[in-house]
Amino acid sequence: MDLRIDALTHRYGATEVLSDINLEIPTGRITCVVGPSGCGKSTLLRFIGGLERPTSGQVLQLGAPPSDSLNPFTFVFQDFALLPWRTVADNVSLVLEDHGLAKDARTRIIADVLARTKLSDFADALPKNLSGGMKQRVAIARALAVRPAVWLMDEPLSALDAQTRELLMDDLVSLWLRTPFTAVYVTHNLAEATRLGHRIVVLSRRPGAVRRVIDIDMPLEARKAGDATLAGIEQELWHLMRDEAQAADQELVHD
Amino acid sequence: MTNPVPYRGGGFRPTRIRGVGLGVFVSLLLIAEWGTRTGWIGNLTLPLPSDVVLTLIELATSGLLWTHLSLSLGRLFVGAFIGAGAGVLIGIAIGLSSYTRSGLVPLVAALFPIPKIALLPLFVIWFGIDETSKYALIAFGTFTPTVVATYGAVDNVDRTLVQMGQSFGLSRLSIIRKIVLPGAMPGILSGLRISLAIAIILLTAAEMIGAEYGIGAYILQAGALYDLERLFAGVTILSILGVTLSFVLGRIEARVLRWRV
Repeated sequence: MDLRIDALTHRYGATEVLSDINLEIPTGRITCVVGPSGCGKSTLLRFIGGLERPTSGQVLQLGAPPSDSLNPFTFVFQDFALLPWRTVADNVSLVLEDHGLAKDARTRIIADVLARTKLSDFADALPKNLSGGMKQRVAIARALAVRPAVWLMDEPLSALDAQTRELLMDDLVSLWLRTPFTAVYVTHNLAEATRLGHRIVVLSRRPGAVRRVIDIDMPLEARKAGDATLAGIEQELWHLMRDEAQAADQELVHD
Repeated sequence: MTNPVPYRGGGFRPTRIRGVGLGVFVSLLLIAEWGTRTGWIGNLTLPLPSDVVLTLIELATSGLLWTHLSLSLGRLFVGAFIGAGAGVLIGIAIGLSSYTRSGLVPLVAALFPIPKIALLPLFVIWFGIDETSKYALIAFGTFTPTVVATYGAVDNVDRTLVQMGQSFGLSRLSIIRKIVLPGAMPGILSGLRISLAIAIILLTAAEMIGAEYGIGAYILQAGALYDLERLFAGVTILSILGVTLSFVLGRIEARVLRWRV
């Protein structure tokens, strides 16, 4: 199921936040959205996920999501959004409980996704006892459990330290290599975008508009940290964003 | 010249030291005992603490203590259960719906400062002189603080968790039951501490009218006769009741809120 964002514009009161966004999000690819802070990239993700409504324009699904998908549009949040009173396994269970699955079917899915995210030994741990990287892996396991048609990832690695981020990027790559999934991946980190993105969408500062779309043909498994081609693309992206990032930095926040 | 860097940290972090609380209690009692024995404290000012203890023992052995206590506890629990239960429900409704919030928050604000004891005669007319009016007084008194604590607690539930629930397509009921309620539990429980203390205060007030037995009635009779030993025996029972309830709530909190950092 491809997605098409069609002439999407959004305003908060008089301020235009997103301006005439037109985008194709292809199936089985990771589309990274980058842009300076305050360009509305997270807001765009919330429109795609149906958590907010744009002022005008729409997000279209081309075709139906696969019938076995329990929650076609599934978020992975920056701050993990785990229920602190539920164990790892119960946090995954939460998103299955409303789907009328038999208890043993649920248990099977939970065991499977925890195994795929290397969390089987921590099924009974509470979030407060987990590191940031582990918490995000629980959130990824939870997303896997509902078999998303589109993953909506809102700066999923931004709350983690640099080493953990590297490890989780490798985990995401190997998950994608096993079963390619469709994802919209919002980040302000250009290295993440070049490592994970098949397509990189650069948004300009407020109002957010599509500034450039860059496709990277190099397969994910061939991308290594410090690769010259990727570094070149990263340079190009930074060049596109530099002035705007500086302007964004010097802007007063009006809330 | 080599000196160690002067230490300037520490403090501002009170911890619990075992036995100090008990020590304060015991020394106050000893001072009172000594003062009343030597005549430094007049016998109209304070009873002999040892006499109060004797009165309590006598009350217990005669079996009257259990009559008073069981009746009082029954009133306390029925009243507090109705009041706190309704308070939690209304509090959640206020926390979740704009209409209930706009409609009921001013009403609760208007009801809160009314001294419930002042309404006791009215309750006797409405609900009769027997148990119902006592339940009503305690329920009414615990209701308002519970409502305020509950909707405050619901307001403080992490909205990103609610949004997570919505993004996974959870039903509204599931979000309330599995995300909002457990998230509001710390606030609800601390509100319950206040409500239960108020319930004990109102229990005494309720038993001052039309009750033959009950701790409140016992204290009132002792007061009318200026029987200080019995008055203080009654007050001691209420104190112990308060400490016990607070201890039980503490245990419940430790269990229910095990997940807290």
